[in-house]
Amino acid sequence: MTTQKVLFKNIDTFKGVTPCSYEQYVKGGGYEGAKAAFKKTPHEVQQVIKDSNLRGRGGAGFPTGLKWSFVPMDNFKGQKYLICNCDEMEPGTFKDRALVYGDPHQLIEGMLIAAYALQMTKGFIFIRYEYKKGARILEEACAEAKKHGFLGKKLLGTDFEFELDVHLSAGRYICGEETALINSLEGKRANPRSKPPFPQIKGFLGQPTIVNNVETFCNMPHILAHGADWFKGLGLNGNAGTKIMGASGRVKNPGLWELPLGVPMRDILEKHAQGPSRGKAFKAVIPGGLSTPMMTPEQFDTPMDFDSIAKAGSRLGTAGLIVFDEGDCMVDSTANIMKFYARESCGFCTPCREGIPWILDIVRAIGAGNGEKDDMSILDDMSKHIMHTFCAFAPGAQGPFLSAITTFRSEFEAFIKSREAAAAGVN
Amino acid sequence: MVPEHIRKELSDHCAHYDSRRVGLIWVLQQLQEYYGGWLNDDAVREAADIVGVTEADAEGVATFYNWFFREPVGENVIVVCDSISCHLCGCDKITAHLEKRLGIKMGETTADKKYTLLPVVCLGNCDKSPCLMIGDELYDNVTPESLDKTLDEISSKPKAAAK
Repeated sequence: MTTQKVLFKNIDTFKGVTPCSYEQYVKGGGYEGAKAAFKKTPHEVQQVIKDSNLRGRGGAGFPTGLKWSFVPMDNFKGQKYLICNCDEMEPGTFKDRALVYGDPHQLIEGMLIAAYALQMTKGFIFIRYEYKKGARILEEACAEAKKHGFLGKKLLGTDFEFELDVHLSAGRYICGEETALINSLEGKRANPRSKPPFPQIKGFLGQPTIVNNVETFCNMPHILAHGADWFKGLGLNGNAGTKIMGASGRVKNPGLWELPLGVPMRDILEKHAQGPSRGKAFKAVIPGGLSTPMMTPEQFDTPMDFDSIAKAGSRLGTAGLIVFDEGDCMVDSTANIMKFYARESCGFCTPCREGIPWILDIVRAIGAGNGEKDDMSILDDMSKHIMHTFCAFAPGAQGPFLSAITTFRSEFEAFIKSREAAAAGVN
Repeated sequence: MVPEHIRKELSDHCAHYDSRRVGLIWVLQQLQEYYGGWLNDDAVREAADIVGVTEADAEGVATFYNWFFREPVGENVIVVCDSISCHLCGCDKITAHLEKRLGIKMGETTADKKYTLLPVVCLGNCDKSPCLMIGDELYDNVTPESLDKTLDEISSKPKAAAK
């Protein structure tokens, strides 16, 4: 199967990522999508995005056109804001880094199209602190776009204006949560907000706001340049578009590939990632960044698309596969996973702030040979308890955790039993 | 206190936003750099004053984010990714090597104030695990040997002139 390179047209992650210049970008058809958009009315551009069936690439997979449809349009005269979420911190996810470092104008053009469609005259790119160099690349690209009339005032022969700022974050995973990101951008602690009101109605500084992921924006120039039907044709089994898929962990050739949405997981694991890295069979895969439930080898033929992975009991998330092999201890891996969530909880909700460290303590105790007979039932209870929180963080932690203690329960029990056996003097 | 012209620059930057508070994180970042890599109580107060928020608000922000330091850090802050992909690919060995070579534990600063060692969540570079950052530089596919080479180079450089 040959895959049409769309988002990675100007990026080769295996050769090392260097930013595509403005000239190169334009030569390859860059900013044609924006020109096509500006020939339409904002409503027409929204309709194209809706018709394309583009689903958000940040992890949740919410239809972008539907998300946009809640933004007040014609009778609304106040300020509206467009925000790009480049707070990529989900373990196992490294696609937005490649898109930002490799082709900054693609993101800027995507944001320009969205800004026009939603009539939002101010925008921000919220980028994580560790991507400081990416922030500089974006700032330089913004200056260049401004010079060539794609940012600023009176854009593409219209009265539309769009001002774009790059905001370098100060860290913390929770900033990637849409409403926490908005609080952070407002200069506050990044605690998530209660919804409703949704950001589309009351977001940044209380004004209508749209937050989309980097990859979501990057698709827009191509959709506008080639049409919704063309975009729908890129995916498999009725899925629209390509997706940047990644693999890391126990694979021979870890990396990023642009593939049709709906490609079987096995293709990524065996063809692109070239199988196991140390001769041990694969044991489990976390399919979409850390906060998605584990899948096992009998599920490897599942198509990598939102609905198929959901049907298999997990989530496509960011499509960054984290791969475990038979040599990996799942108790140790679960301890590592829960350490991440315990450290990054914003501390706002008690079940998350107190519950996750408690889970971590128990998993660590089991792994250290100090497990108690009742530990598994406590872990079962805690996996439900942490769901009673404000935002999707603790439910995200539940994904890999619950699947680990369910699918690999015997490993946890073996640790507990060996301790009991040792206490009873049995070898 | 920062000189008047810097104070004006920071204040003007806040005026560029639709609410001055939007500039708070940026102002704290600039002050942290100015004051040698960390924010003392006076710096937090100064940020509050420049932006126009309460000291409690500025302190709340300064203590929330992991890239604001409320105590002194070394000239080079080393952050080692310990999330799952790097964990699978041996980041524990890298951390152990660093702790041994620098003679400090995670979260500590060397006596010569040259290095601070901290854990960090996923650096978004998982296909090149294990990875870490020293200052703004990213190092990938790190081994104890490659790390030694890097640290030898950094250690041989003269200390940057203090502001």
